[in-house]
Amino acid sequence: MDLDLSAAEPFRAEVRHWLRAHVPATPLPSLETGEGFAAHRAWERELHAARLSVVSWPEEYGGRNATPLEWLVFEEEYYAAGAPGRVGQNGVNLLAPTLFRYGTPEQLARVLPPMASGEVIWAQAWSEPGAGSDLASLRATATRADGGWLLNGQKTWSSRAAFADRGFGPFRSDPEAERHRGLTYLMFPLDAGGITRRPIGRIDGKPAFAELFFDDVFVPDRDVIGDPGEGWRVAMSTTGNERGLTLRSPGRFLAAADRLVELWRERGDPADTALRDRVADAWIRARAYRLKGFETISRTDDVGAESSVNKVFWSELDVALHETALDLLGPDGELEGEWLEGYVFSLAGPIYAGTNEIQRDVIAERVLGLPRAGR
Amino acid sequence: MRFVLDAEQRLFGETLDKLLTEAAVAGVARDWAAGRHGPGLALWRSLAAAGVLALAVPESAGGAGPLPVELVTAFHELGRHGVPGPYAETVAASVLLGRLPGDSSSAAWLPAIADGTAVVSLALPPAVPYALDADVAGLVLTVDGGELRAAVPGEARTSLDPARRLFAITPGEVIAEDATAATAEGYDMGALMCAAQLVGLGRRLLEVSVDHARTRRQFGRPIGEFQAVRHHLANALVGLEYARPLVYGAALSYGTPDFATDVSAAKVSAAEAAYTAARIALQVHGAIGYTDEYDPSLLIRKARALHSAWGSPAAHRARVMSALAH
Repeated sequence: MDLDLSAAEPFRAEVRHWLRAHVPATPLPSLETGEGFAAHRAWERELHAARLSVVSWPEEYGGRNATPLEWLVFEEEYYAAGAPGRVGQNGVNLLAPTLFRYGTPEQLARVLPPMASGEVIWAQAWSEPGAGSDLASLRATATRADGGWLLNGQKTWSSRAAFADRGFGPFRSDPEAERHRGLTYLMFPLDAGGITRRPIGRIDGKPAFAELFFDDVFVPDRDVIGDPGEGWRVAMSTTGNERGLTLRSPGRFLAAADRLVELWRERGDPADTALRDRVADAWIRARAYRLKGFETISRTDDVGAESSVNKVFWSELDVALHETALDLLGPDGELEGEWLEGYVFSLAGPIYAGTNEIQRDVIAERVLGLPRAGR
Repeated sequence: MRFVLDAEQRLFGETLDKLLTEAAVAGVARDWAAGRHGPGLALWRSLAAAGVLALAVPESAGGAGPLPVELVTAFHELGRHGVPGPYAETVAASVLLGRLPGDSSSAAWLPAIADGTAVVSLALPPAVPYALDADVAGLVLTVDGGELRAAVPGEARTSLDPARRLFAITPGEVIAEDATAATAEGYDMGALMCAAQLVGLGRRLLEVSVDHARTRRQFGRPIGEFQAVRHHLANALVGLEYARPLVYGAALSYGTPDFATDVSAAKVSAAEAAYTAARIALQVHGAIGYTDEYDPSLLIRKARALHSAWGSPAAHRARVMSALAH
């Protein structure tokens, strides 16, 4: 057992050097606005030109074959540098791993390069009005048509869909089949004829997600991922990534915890030991998450359902860390600013990617081996 | 970088688990609590024969260490089985004695620690005010104003954990005059061993609670089907899963300037995770967990005792923050 990171240090130095020269001096406008979305897309282009937008991907798709350790190191440097949020993360972190597992060579060659450069930004379209935590009850349909499929129905809470270019998600392709059976995983353009998108203001009013209405939207066969009818299996390969390390890398929390300690130094009252202890806890938990990440990439077995343990941990850490920052800011905590933006973002964490209640059920059943519940 | 135990380290842990399972430690702990030390001391010698205590003793003094990762692996198992006795204290003393300058006479104790013939206890006030099991220790140490002294055990105090027999001490003859640096390192190592024990005992409490939830039936079904119970147990796992990497991470920073801070982070996290697991274990078991006779209740009590032993979470948080404040 060791924690020798030296193999990744040359890469760390290169990334740090590049970021120091390129990270915008003033934060970009919020990526949940039209203006901010465009600015973040331009930033992705800049990262891509330096081959830093998707470091762990193969070179042919715009990456540089970085090892998992190098990827973790990249993330540490990225967030420590205060670099912009990743507007393309739903594609890069959720769709790409699914394509690497189930996509055809043609799909990989066609979809990945423009994803890497930010030319095409992807939105995840999974939830429906009647299918949130109970995803298997989804009802939006894909019906056979000449050379492809016609999509009908409604998706909702689709992150980034207000401004994104394309979407992906499971649709019911066999109306006779129930729940996990008879689903097909598809990619579709968000500006296609027949799609209506209605941006939804999140809790602070910014249009961070959208409702999508499908009215005979045509999708060619080449945009089906995996076999028709196998959509549940394909979708589940995404959830592992979503709940595991890739969506929320340790670097993000390490940087936020360091900034929290900085805020404590500037504004903390040394006599307020209760608040000081919360700062300490946030820092300790961010460190724990980092070390757990090193453990995860060191393992040779499949992490599987344990990714749910991860999701509960980081989503609760994110909320606690930002609550502590707002408490340190006192009466200024309610004012618009980076901490408040981070706080609002963190509040969604225990809800998206499968609520933490669903995660705890997964942990109970598939990690601890408790009997299947009647719920 | 490979931040998981290697095959040999894993095998070491499994060997100890087997040894301790065969030793039926709950009975040993009950004897120990009643002052019948024979079975516990026999177990001490078995664990020494398995190499546990030599891990803390420098090679130059007849040991194999210090090997912090292997020590943490061993103490995780000691914690899982609730082994009674001043193990963390002996490891701390051995690190402390091994750090003393020159040919100090106390160094003669090290080979005896390594081979299991010497049981050592110590008190390091204020964080460790009492000497655990001083009545069975051949050597009892304390530090007073930077001086390492022999300690004279006084009155025994009763702990919530009946297998923890605590003794007030009075500082006696001076053994070494400047032991400040050695004491700091010994204290950190003792706190790390305590953290490893806490993670192990939290694990065991989760295991027995899951077993109970699978078999105990109410309203016609196993209580593990009820979401309130399931979520308690899931939460216990989350805490323990993130305490363990901090404990091993601290072991790997032994000998670096980060060691003290890393140990504090590990101790906070392990104490909170194990105590949470203990509260959940008690709640999931219901009344049976609240009885003296039910063996896991020994671990529930030990979790509370170790939570504040070797520095309370508040003291360790304060230490983390004072390191970060510069």
